Amino acid sequence: MSRVKHEFVEKNLGWLSVLMIIAVSIGGLVEITPLLFQSQVQEPVKGLKPYTALQLEGRDIYMREGCSNCHSQMIRPFRAETERYGHYSLAGESVWDHPFLWGSKRTGPDLARVGGRYSDDWHYVHLMNPRNVVPESNMPAFPWLAENTLDGAYTAKKMEALRTLGVPYTDEDIAGAKEAVQGKTEMQALIAYLQSLGTALKRADNE
Amino acid sequence: MSNFWSAWIIVLTLGLLFVLIWLLRWNMKNYTDIDEGQEMDHEFDGIVEVNNPLPKWWTYLFWACFAWGFVYLALYPGLGKFDGLLGWKSSNQDVQSLAESRAAMKASQNDGSIVQYDREVRDAEEEFGPIFEAYAKTPIPELIKNEDALEVGQRLFLQNCSQCHGSNAMGGRGFPNLTDDDWLYGGTPHDIKTTLLNGRQGNMPAWGEQFSDQEITELANYVASLSGRERDPELVAAGKKNFAVCSACHGPNGKGNQQLGAPNLTDNVWLYGGSIATIEETLHYGRNGVMPAWKDILGEDKIHVVSAYIYSLSHDE
Repeated sequence: MSRVKHEFVEKNLGWLSVLMIIAVSIGGLVEITPLLFQSQVQEPVKGLKPYTALQLEGRDIYMREGCSNCHSQMIRPFRAETERYGHYSLAGESVWDHPFLWGSKRTGPDLARVGGRYSDDWHYVHLMNPRNVVPESNMPAFPWLAENTLDGAYTAKKMEALRTLGVPYTDEDIAGAKEAVQGKTEMQALIAYLQSLGTALKRADNE
Repeated sequence: MSNFWSAWIIVLTLGLLFVLIWLLRWNMKNYTDIDEGQEMDHEFDGIVEVNNPLPKWWTYLFWACFAWGFVYLALYPGLGKFDGLLGWKSSNQDVQSLAESRAAMKASQNDGSIVQYDREVRDAEEEFGPIFEAYAKTPIPELIKNEDALEVGQRLFLQNCSQCHGSNAMGGRGFPNLTDDDWLYGGTPHDIKTTLLNGRQGNMPAWGEQFSDQEITELANYVASLSGRERDPELVAAGKKNFAVCSACHGPNGKGNQQLGAPNLTDNVWLYGGSIATIEETLHYGRNGVMPAWKDILGEDKIHVVSAYIYSLSHDE
């Protein structure tokens, strides 16, 4: 082997690229690829329900407004987190999230289990102007959500796309999607989505 | 995890480690024909490459990293299905419900296996459990004399309740003031605790279709007059005639009903505002105030302490 010199790699751009790609991809091959095939990340937890048409539209608004830039949806298994936010997040809770919105930035609090924590009225007031309920809040206001209404033109298509990814929507769900969201405000959709977050585990207990 | 993926991880991980070891050894030998410290014939802009060995401190660190890597892979779960000699886990990730999670935690705490999160909770439980247990045994009217308990209660309140009721607990529009000893669902220690545990669902129906705008204005004036406010006597008298439907919940005198959470209309305390326009709005569209349930989030012992804090806000001592 001692015939092969370091110079060879340094002077052959093609070989350098190939070896670099191999070196860089090992981490992903070991840590990510096997995970894609693990049952733990494919099987939903017991109480998990697919988002309703309205919740799904709310989720898209959550993405559009960039909520995940400041709010994570991932409670880590540390007591300091679970005391504040509730049970740590499980992989089986986000199997139907495409894409997942775990986030990694917490300018605001984690929202993984915000569902049921506050009333719909509170969310409305808070989204119109967070300072009205939390004077020290630095969250922006989102008053236009109350004015924009949904027409539901693409709701059924979105649900069909999600069904091809394994979300168990029924034909009835998809057929009724447009009607379910038409005329509702973006505010109502977003609140419906927020109120659904992290409720699956509790539902599993009550059923 | 299937055997295939387990093998995949083990082969790639260990394979890479051995390749790196080989690479390091290979590069520690001087396989050029040039002596150490001599120039390598690389020259660019007057800068020359000299054949120097890898720095000693750097190679030693590299070897130390290999040693660390092998020890780590032996002790902790890193190689596919192999759980590691310590049996360490960060948390119980294979649970499917809260009940299963509780069972798994109990099991790991009893059989001595190392589940980091469960241990953390157990240690905290050992430290704080007895404190909360003692608080839970003390009746709330007693507990409000305990400064420490109130401080704990306030912390929990600020963390969980202040978003709606304000950090001074004085509420806001639609979110009750907790300091004024005026209660929708009752202010006894038991009532407060019940409210926190199970939540409340207000249900003021909308009367906009039943009554005309004129009738709603009359009713609003009558309701305002119940608190002793001076209103046009004609409107008040006209409103009184239709108050019968309201009295089903608010009582014939408008004193309210804490069983239903129907507010007392005679005390001039207004959850949504007491202007005639706001009362009309309330009558027209109804109100559905919601207090969420906290039993699953905080648990009974902590709710007992928060209840004490809330009770103390309107009871001196």
